[in-house]
Amino acid sequence: MARNLVLGTKKGVLILRKGKRGWSAQPIQHPGLSVSFAFHDDRTDTLWAAFDHGHWGAKLSKSPNGGKKWQEVAPPRFPARAKLTPATKKKPTLRYIYVLAPGRKEEPKRLYVGTVPGGLFASDDNGTTFELCDPLWTHRTRDKWIQGGKDFDEPGLHSVVVDPRDAQHVYIGISAAGVFETRDGGASWEPRNKGTVAAFLPDQKSEVGQDPHFVMACAREPDVLWQQNHCGVYRTTNGGKTWTDIGQKKGVVGFGFAIAVDNADPARAWVVPATSDEKRYAKDGALCVARTDDGGKSWSVLRRGLPQENAFDVTYRHALDCRGDTVAFGTTTGNLYVSDDRGERWKCVGSNFPPIMSVRFASG
Amino acid sequence: MARVQFTKHLIRFFPKLRDGEFAGGTVADLVRAIDDAHPGLGGYIVDDRGALRVHVNIFLDDELVKDRESLSDRVRRDTKVSIFQALSGG
Repeated sequence: MARNLVLGTKKGVLILRKGKRGWSAQPIQHPGLSVSFAFHDDRTDTLWAAFDHGHWGAKLSKSPNGGKKWQEVAPPRFPARAKLTPATKKKPTLRYIYVLAPGRKEEPKRLYVGTVPGGLFASDDNGTTFELCDPLWTHRTRDKWIQGGKDFDEPGLHSVVVDPRDAQHVYIGISAAGVFETRDGGASWEPRNKGTVAAFLPDQKSEVGQDPHFVMACAREPDVLWQQNHCGVYRTTNGGKTWTDIGQKKGVVGFGFAIAVDNADPARAWVVPATSDEKRYAKDGALCVARTDDGGKSWSVLRRGLPQENAFDVTYRHALDCRGDTVAFGTTTGNLYVSDDRGERWKCVGSNFPPIMSVRFASG
Repeated sequence: MARVQFTKHLIRFFPKLRDGEFAGGTVADLVRAIDDAHPGLGGYIVDDRGALRVHVNIFLDDELVKDRESLSDRVRRDTKVSIFQALSGG
């Protein structure tokens, strides 16, 4: 059973541990600072936090001792050679650190960072230095990437999915460009958006310009990927060659931000549905989680323990996670819910937390 | 050498930071000198392109810096430079 949670919130990093009396929050780390993403790298036993300072820019910090002491790390930096887009002379600057993602277990020093604007940075020295992935940044489709996700006028890279079988094989997700795949360690990238629909584009089936909100793979069967998209929920069983719409025509599963995937069962995933997309709060004011156990053919809507009226919570893309049978999600209104039975029953673990940007289980 | 005053908000990230004198003919030079003295501090004031961060203000005496993009404003020896956070948010 999972016993540790790391939350990135608008007012710091919260670490929660499960004891005999249930979950309890430790004193907040970095009190008052806006955290865009936080996680514990189980490979190196290192806590990471990315900051979204209102005044001072995006910054990065790590702790090798469970948060007792933090060390600021130089954030990724766009190199002088990079242009914001091929058609401009403008230079990019780091606006926001969207996600941090570990490499494979066999490469404990490899770390990925996804940013706004939509860059993928990789480190091979556990975050001491980062290198921009040029072939993705200068991709032939770059002019068609549009703003999406965070409140910036630039695209953002929020998902990094590393194939546990092959370090050269990586997927990324960009709002709003879509899913891209590399099989040669980032030297070349192919869009993988066949089957997804962008209702906000003139050409809704465009090769790029799609808006995956978050992309994940099943660790046991990495060719099975899932995405909660701006325009629905999609699944692929062939490594992204074709995506199938698994949202509900009549039902709650459609719009949302987050998705969590069972690492052992390629047919099981969870989403936190929201009222589409011009409203963005819990569907009908009643908070629920939806789970599929059959690859999206059907969904169970899970409400026990969740507020069923006047709920305006939204769960952001990195704020839902699962480990074994334990599932947790945090919301923009500072609520944290945990279930130990795959979502059948929920318990509110905190209702006055700051707005929650990320929720990630940690080992230990 | 220009006298530079820093917002106290920066001391959280650079505990040894104190108001002091720094050399530089332009604001950009001054930011480089500040970053040499306090490695990493420049990145809190300017972005990757060297432009002043949106929510940071630099005053030369009582005047806001004019060139926020490349910080080419001249700094005299007796200029009093103030690096403050802008008032933003709610």
